[in-house]
Amino acid sequence: MEEISSLMHGFGVALTLFNLGLMFVGIVLGVIIGVLPGLGGANGVAILLPLTFTMPPTSAIIMLSCIYWGALFGGAITSILFNIPGEPWSVATTFDGFPLAQKGRAGAALTAAFTSSFVGALVAVIMITFLSPVIANFALEFGPPEFFAVYLLTFCAFVGMSKGQALKTIASMMVGFGLAAVGIDTVTGQVRLTFGFTSLLQGFDFLIAVIGLFGIGEILLTLEEGLAFKGKSAKLNVKVVLETWRELPRYWLTSLRSSVVGCFMGIVPGGATPASFMSYGVAKRFSKDGERFGTGQVEGVVAPETAAHAAGTSALLPMLTLGVPGSPTAAVLLGGLLIWGLQPGPLLFQEQKEFVWGLIASMYLGNIAGLVVVLTCVPLFAAILRVPFSIIAPIIIVVCAIGAYTVHNNMLDVYMMMVFGAAGYLMRKLNYPLAPLVLALVLGDAAESSFRQAMLISAGDVSVFFSNWLVGGMTGLALLLLFWPTITVLLKRLRGG
Amino acid sequence: MNDEKHERSAASMRAAEVAVAAFLFLLGALAIWDSVRIGYVWAEDGPQAGYFTFYVGLFICISTGIIIFRALADRAMAARVYVTRGALQQVMQMFVPAVVYVVLISLIGIYVASTLFIGYFMRRLGRYPWVTTIGVAVATSVFVFVLFEVWFSVPLPKGPLEAWLGLD
Repeated sequence: MEEISSLMHGFGVALTLFNLGLMFVGIVLGVIIGVLPGLGGANGVAILLPLTFTMPPTSAIIMLSCIYWGALFGGAITSILFNIPGEPWSVATTFDGFPLAQKGRAGAALTAAFTSSFVGALVAVIMITFLSPVIANFALEFGPPEFFAVYLLTFCAFVGMSKGQALKTIASMMVGFGLAAVGIDTVTGQVRLTFGFTSLLQGFDFLIAVIGLFGIGEILLTLEEGLAFKGKSAKLNVKVVLETWRELPRYWLTSLRSSVVGCFMGIVPGGATPASFMSYGVAKRFSKDGERFGTGQVEGVVAPETAAHAAGTSALLPMLTLGVPGSPTAAVLLGGLLIWGLQPGPLLFQEQKEFVWGLIASMYLGNIAGLVVVLTCVPLFAAILRVPFSIIAPIIIVVCAIGAYTVHNNMLDVYMMMVFGAAGYLMRKLNYPLAPLVLALVLGDAAESSFRQAMLISAGDVSVFFSNWLVGGMTGLALLLLFWPTITVLLKRLRGG
Repeated sequence: MNDEKHERSAASMRAAEVAVAAFLFLLGALAIWDSVRIGYVWAEDGPQAGYFTFYVGLFICISTGIIIFRALADRAMAARVYVTRGALQQVMQMFVPAVVYVVLISLIGIYVASTLFIGYFMRRLGRYPWVTTIGVAVATSVFVFVLFEVWFSVPLPKGPLEAWLGLD
């Protein structure tokens, strides 16, 4: 087993005192980010990214990925205690988590949520450990047409999975591609879409877009819903934790199903949010207590949390092996890798073994650290939400502004952040999905150049995307997903008529 | 805050849908226009610089065009509320000071601007006593200063106050 020895080597890289310290710092920051409104995994990592530029890449990515795990854990705290999902993927956790807290079983709900998150992540990390070298090896043979087919598949999957809002998904994605194209064309060196503004020559940085769209936009949305947080108190003692742990093995089948759903949805760019809803639905359908879901069932907390964490973790698999992130946060991490001069993709596994396996090993360690931190510090994190919004809100905006400024030490970015913030607020209220925009902004240049290279190879013949079974299969699947919303509408009409 | 005036609609769902889609349509049209300028067809050495962006612009225009068309045809949408006056007021209470704050950063530096911004918010919306307000606002800025300038040595924008104190 070559993977095991690589992994052991990875543990050697990750297990230094410095890295362990960063892990705990990352987890604590991540949970705080996950608990606070307006800050989430994606923009939290984006804001803190500039602070890691001076660190060695392995340590930096360990800290940033731990922020991500922390944010995944943190979302559950607000869902259960305050009935406010701190993150979109913890909406499904409120269904049974908050009723449990109302019954006075907040401790059990929190323990179940954290433990299932841990289990989901563990399953996903094990999958990453054994599957990623295989995929990376396989992808070594990829040429421009294959890579473009992968990008196409990624983006078409967004369209295929958007519920009734396919047009808005396309519009949002295309705006992302358009923004990515602004500046100097990487192939011909020609200036495009700048309309004479020299400040646009550098193009739009997706980090600024992420901070604005998710940070400022989110704060504005939160303001609308009112400022007061009223929550249940949280007490977690050893007795409650042990009691809940004794109960959890009963739901092993739900955990397993949710992990599978999560891993699958994480690799396919659907992400953690649909995974959590799907897994809640599946658990409700198959559980013998199904009809009592929504009244405070521990199983109803286990299902969405396992799936969300499994999906959030497995979103890193395509990011590492193919350079195609499965979620906005994975996209931000990818941006970080590019800044450190590491090109994610199949070659990363050949040339940067130490980095890759250090990161994978840190996923195991980070999640263990995360479980320990959240189980011991819940009251502390819940206390943060009790700080009045009129203090927290301006501080979050200050943090966003600093984050936007430090990306390039440029004031223009801070102004752009406010523009993106207003746009994020307006678009979110109209159900434009923002994840496709961010991914398109990140992958735009790569997608375009792989497309143009493929076109150059084939001298403009589009049939190159069907030239062998692999690329043809991916392109075909992509087109099927692209037209899936149309197909389902047609099928409905046929059945109805 | 629950009086009727606050619950009244400030913009209908349809108006917002059309406005946002029209703006995006405009962006798409701009992309097409610039792509045509730099060339969007196949040259001897391969696709020109505007080849990709032309289609990006085209897809924006098509998708948002249909969104506008559908919204205009949907009467029920005109009756739905996009944002109530009360909610809009809440949002503007945050957004306007935040814009002022961002402009102030470039004039007087991020530390003084942040202190004023947090202070304004706590005083105006939180109605905190002056002592608490000044305490929290100044403490936050000092903490940020120590964190960034001292520990991480990442310089943030500074203004006349820092110059006068010799912290530049």
